Formats: sequence, C-alpha cells, structure tokens
Amino acid sequence: MNLYKYAAPANFYPLAGKLIPWFAVPAAILFVVGLYVGFFIAPTDAQQGDAYRIIFIHVPAAWLGMFLYVLLAIYAAIGWAFNARLASMMATSLSITGAMFTFISLVTGAFWGKPTWGTWWVWDARLTSSLILFFLYVGFISLQSAIEDQRRADRAGALLAIVGVINVPIIYFSVDWWNTLHQGATIRILNKPTIAGPMLAAMLIMLAACWLYSIAIVLVRVRCIILEREQHVAQMVEARA
Amino acid sequence: MNWSEFFKMGGYGFYVWGSYLVSLVAIGGEIIFLWKRKKRLQQRTTD
Repeated sequence: MNLYKYAAPANFYPLAGKLIPWFAVPAAILFVVGLYVGFFIAPTDAQQGDAYRIIFIHVPAAWLGMFLYVLLAIYAAIGWAFNARLASMMATSLSITGAMFTFISLVTGAFWGKPTWGTWWVWDARLTSSLILFFLYVGFISLQSAIEDQRRADRAGALLAIVGVINVPIIYFSVDWWNTLHQGATIRILNKPTIAGPMLAAMLIMLAACWLYSIAIVLVRVRCIILEREQHVAQMVEARA
Repeated sequence: MNWSEFFKMGGYGFYVWGSYLVSLVAIGGEIIFLWKRKKRLQQRTTD
C-alpha cells in the first residue's frame, strides 16, 4: 500500500470516511465508562472532597489543548514547507477542536479553583500561559478566516502556529519553573503517579476518550474542508451520489 | 446509593456539575455545528 497516495485530498476523503466510526464509537463508549468509574467507583478525595471529580474532564481537556496545538503546528509547517494542501487543511481542522478543549480546561479549572483555592482565576504562570494558548487558537482561526486567498491564509496561520509552539513547553513546565498556585503534575512518565488507582483509571479512560473523539471530529471536519476547498473532490462525491 | 447526596457532591455540586455541563455544551456544540456544516455541504453537492 502506498501511503503517499493518501496525501492527495481526493484519496484521503473516502479513507477518512471509513476511519471515522472506528474512532467515534470507542470514544462514546469510553466517555461513558470513564464517567462511570469517575463518579461511581473512584472514592471521595480526603482533602478536596468531591470537587476533585472535575479533574476527570479538566486534565484530559488541558492535555488535548496542548497536544492538538503541537499537532496543528506540525501540520501547518508541513503544509507550508511542502505546499501540501491536505496538511494545511488538517491544521485548520485541528484548530477548532483544540480551541474547544482549551476553553473547557480554562472553564473547568475556574470551577475547580473557586472551591479549592477560593478564587475563579489568578494570574499565575500556568493559568496565564493556558489563556495565551486559547488566544493562539483564536488568533489562528481569525487569521485564517480574515485572509481571502487560501494559500496565503495557510501560510500566515502556519507562521503564527509555529511561533506559538514555544508556549506549549512553557505551559507544561510552568508548575516546575515558577512558584505557581496550580499544583504540580500528578502523572509523570518516569515516576509513579501520586494518585489512587480508580481516580487514575478514570482520568486515563477520559483521556483516551478525548483523544478518540478528537481524531473522529477532526476527520469529519477535514472532510468538510476538502469538499469546500477542492472542487474536483466535491464533483467526485456528487458523481457517486 | 442516595441520589440527592450524589447530586450534592458533598457540597460541591454547583462546581462539579457546572464543569461537566459546560464541557457537554462545548463538545455537543462542536458536534452540532459540524453536523450542520456537513448537511449544508451534502445539499450543495446533490443540488
């Protein structure tokens, strides 16, 4: 199988269509399982009471906000460097979902902060850099929709996305580099996580669900973008209908 | 288990359910908007 074949939007369009249910269905199942474990199996936290249950959506949303941004920047860079149309479309498709997850992480963070810290918001390093991430997404989306010429819009978006990548390690390490109100990481790649079994399980299941959801929704959206931008694919779909 | 206790979330109900409600609206909104966009495109290609 020649994978390069699928760099062409006309070939990728039907492939993406076949892949979507394989991500969407497990995502829906894992959301239900994750919430069940999070609300019915995971015990009440000794320090935070039940307020901690917000982390089952907050942490996965925050991770996805960061990861999708890096992915967006990589696709945007590939689209710019190799003039690859599909890569630029993927970047555009990722921007909406990334912005949505960053928005969720900010709002749920505020809902967690109010009862736990006593304030909805503080201008500390973690929160401020997360807000900047949200503005980077919004900037990318507005820049793309403001520029009429598609190739120029993609290039301008790519430039913004690549420069903005510097913000992602700042978010990730902000809790180590600065003395912030936001707590440090609970889960590290090399160390044992400092969180109880069912709590960790619920968070990881929700993370998997958010990942699968992101893949599915980004594929659905990129198919829409292909139809909007590529006249010949739209005609091909029409001919088959 | 007791459902009214469950909805109270140990006094944190507003914050916990507020969080999940906002998340549900955000994710649901994304799906609905995209679904409408897809429908619009399908109508355009079959017209």
